[in-house]
Amino acid sequence: MKKAAILAAFLFVGAFLLLAATSMRPFGEPTFAGMDDYFIANTQIEVAANNAVTAVVFDYRGFDTLGEATVLFAAVVGVLALFRKLREDEA
Amino acid sequence: MNTGMSIIVRTITRLVYGLALVFGFYVIMHGHLTPGGGFQGGAVVASAFALLLVAFGAAGIKGRLNAHLLQTLEEIGALAFLALGFVGIGTAFFYNLLANSGSLFGGPVLPLGSNAGVFDAGGTLPLMNWAVGLKVMTGIAAVVIVMLIGARKEETE
Amino acid sequence: MNIGNLPFVVAALLVAFGIYTFLYKRNLIKLVIGVSLVETGVNLFLVALGYRTAGIAPIYTFAPAAKQMVLPTPQALTLTSIVIGLATTALLLSFAVFIHRHYGTLDVRKVKELRG
Repeated sequence: MKKAAILAAFLFVGAFLLLAATSMRPFGEPTFAGMDDYFIANTQIEVAANNAVTAVVFDYRGFDTLGEATVLFAAVVGVLALFRKLREDEA
Repeated sequence: MNTGMSIIVRTITRLVYGLALVFGFYVIMHGHLTPGGGFQGGAVVASAFALLLVAFGAAGIKGRLNAHLLQTLEEIGALAFLALGFVGIGTAFFYNLLANSGSLFGGPVLPLGSNAGVFDAGGTLPLMNWAVGLKVMTGIAAVVIVMLIGARKEETE
Repeated sequence: MNIGNLPFVVAALLVAFGIYTFLYKRNLIKLVIGVSLVETGVNLFLVALGYRTAGIAPIYTFAPAAKQMVLPTPQALTLTSIVIGLATTALLLSFAVFIHRHYGTLDVRKVKELRG
């Protein structure tokens, strides 16, 4: 009974994913590109850099990069704290 | 993990390790001109450290790297990235004050369109690349070292 | 020959395979691999959203002239997503090490008690 329920749920989710993938907009024609057209046109004037992706990551959307740096810092501190109790038990 | 791998792997690692470090620093440094940046270059340098750990075992890095030094460097990188956000606080948080200004990384005006790349431009972008690159490479190296040595020491005891 | 919506279908297939792996496998490491597969599918979907037909990379160094560029914002957000996936996988694997040390086994059906 439980196995049949798990199989039905997995097939339902799989069918939903494939139906959503085939009914998306055509590949290669983005719908709303106004913000990215502004970024591409003004990167060399405002940021004075050649790489538009780095300019978006560090200048136009710098606050998201701050959040990501915090997540990476929390993960490293978490792993080091988990293994610290082990090292203190041994020494 | 205290033994390492065969002599072929160790010889190739001795040859490749310096080249991998130089390539990683190149990717971090030229992040505002070519594809790359802080995160990508930091991952390349961290994989060079992991190669050294796998090929030589725990005895190969005993004198060179330890987890405390790496954790301190990672905290310095995170604080430097946060401090660079406060440089242009007169206008906005994360404002690029140094671009087109003539001081450090202010540089000459970029020619528009396709060009050969000017290293002296970009404002706070190269400095942020260095801060994030230092953070990523020391953070991942510290995690790899602690997981390998911490896990293996418990099994042999 | 037209590609059609093939990149979106591949991303959906990766997510479906990842969900199958962490529903039906018993080993803890295979569960972590399933979570990593789901994250890979989502990252591929994000990058495929920002493509323009016959576009070049959004970089001005030695760029060929008179061509459109693809959108740079989905690539920037995919960078963030990859780093967060790395953080999740590191914490999951260290928990797997601790579970193996405490119970002696990596079978998910045997690690049920919450008190050691």
